Amino acid sequence: MFRNQYDTDVTTWSPAGRLFQVEYAMEAVKQGSAAIGLRSRTHVVLACVNKANNELSSHQKKIFKVDDHIGVAIAGLTADGRVLSRYMRSECINHAFTYESPLPVGRLVVQLADKAQVCTQRSWKRPYGVGLLVAGLDESGAHLYYNCPSGNYFEYQAFAIGSRSQAAKTYLERRFEKFMDSSRDDLVKDALIAIRETLQGERLTSNICTVAVVGVGEPFHILDQNTVQQLIDAFEIVAEEEPPAAEAGDAADQETAAGEGAPAEEGAAPMDI
Amino acid sequence: MSEAFSLVKKPLAGLSRGANSFLLFRQFAEPLPPPPSPSAAAAAVAADRSMSFSKMPLVEANQTPDASSLSLDSERTLYPYVTGTSVVAFKYRDGILMAADMGGSYGSTLRYKTVERIKPIGKHSLLGASGEISDFQEILRYLDELILYDNMWDDGNSLGPKEVHNYLTRVMYNRRNKFNPLWNSLVLGGVKNGQKYLGMVSMIGVNFEDNHVATGFGNHLARPILRDEWNEDLSFEDGVKLLEKCMRVLLYRDRSAVNKLQIAKITEEGATLFPPYSLKTFWGFEAYKNPTVGAEGSW
Repeated sequence: MFRNQYDTDVTTWSPAGRLFQVEYAMEAVKQGSAAIGLRSRTHVVLACVNKANNELSSHQKKIFKVDDHIGVAIAGLTADGRVLSRYMRSECINHAFTYESPLPVGRLVVQLADKAQVCTQRSWKRPYGVGLLVAGLDESGAHLYYNCPSGNYFEYQAFAIGSRSQAAKTYLERRFEKFMDSSRDDLVKDALIAIRETLQGERLTSNICTVAVVGVGEPFHILDQNTVQQLIDAFEIVAEEEPPAAEAGDAADQETAAGEGAPAEEGAAPMDI
Repeated sequence: MSEAFSLVKKPLAGLSRGANSFLLFRQFAEPLPPPPSPSAAAAAVAADRSMSFSKMPLVEANQTPDASSLSLDSERTLYPYVTGTSVVAFKYRDGILMAADMGGSYGSTLRYKTVERIKPIGKHSLLGASGEISDFQEILRYLDELILYDNMWDDGNSLGPKEVHNYLTRVMYNRRNKFNPLWNSLVLGGVKNGQKYLGMVSMIGVNFEDNHVATGFGNHLARPILRDEWNEDLSFEDGVKLLEKCMRVLLYRDRSAVNKLQIAKITEEGATLFPPYSLKTFWGFEAYKNPTVGAEGSW
């Protein structure tokens, strides 16, 4: 996968029809710390793992409020994420000024995807190395989108990105059918459990994760640490009674972690989906 | 003078000294009378041009354009030419009702009598305008483009009356700031997701929402009637009767009104523009018969 002769610039195709620079950008997303999102008919929850480099420094900010009805969680090059968040905030505020009405999240996501695509077709640019989980409200309800460095975007019921996100995805896959009708509190609980899956046995506390919610009648906001800790405590008590379930989860994590080391085996280029 | 010197110096760099002085002499041999133009500014401009292009024949030098056509006054709206009179609109049970006559006045002449001053915009709104008709047509072009791009998203979202109203406010206000207004008073009404919306924008960008609005003379003659007789739950028939009452007063008292009006309604289902018709009027007052009875010799 590395040291190909066709990977020097983003405007060079490989003979197999792949753009390696774009794929490398998507690798950068996989190296970032995990971010997950899930939605019901009326609410969307974003959660991410926020580890500081060392005890002395502060955490990386990975969840940004874009407008009262839209928020975004990022994974990958956080600097690129910050720049894109600023762009999104700018688009939202310009729309609100001209039309006095919130920008529909579906349109924002398309504009973001078009912006990312430009960077895959200019020899003097590089793709943004950040994946964005965009959570927002529309006329048609609550939506969760994933924006890729390739310029693709997909709508999801629930999704996880970043390192060790496969564990969270497995958990979400088992439960996603119930999310549409979940209550807001159940959604938050599921989000925290999914985050815990990515930690591989490490203890989940509110100072290594961030949770944000947006919903009908509830503007986008990040939950404060105390609230999050209380929610964690509420379900950890239940979890302690089932240690065998946790161990089985850990074993599954290790298998999937090995699988993540060689993504080339996945076959088709990720952006071909 | 010094200007002419500097212009002459560069091209003559390669020539011999003799030629230099000969050409210099030629430059100043021709007399330069000031061209007969009205403003001092024009004279200055003309003089400059003659100096720089002294090889030009004198006739051309006298025909330099004068300042007022050189200036930018012709590029902005100073006064309206073909105008429409009042628009009246209010909310009723199922949506919005709007009425306007079909007159386009050219000053005091009632020149055009089939001007449609109410148009549907997208799926959810109606726009009525008074003031300069050509500016109204320009606004319709802007909105056409806006709705087109909105439809091209093809994503289930659409611009409602509130969004269109705000867009128009921005357009009107920005034009006013450039001292080039769109000379209209606009009435924007619509229904979206069961919510009724009715607003107005003036030519200087003043905008507001209300349950009943009117432009021009309608503000003075129709709104008092509406203040007394409008209520939240008017049926369509009662609404039309109320509109006709307002339009009849305007027809009697507004000299730029014509007796051919168009009523439009917009509901959740969509917009309907009704065919134009005329109001019955009554002129048989005693005071109008034998008007000269009290004053011999008058007419």
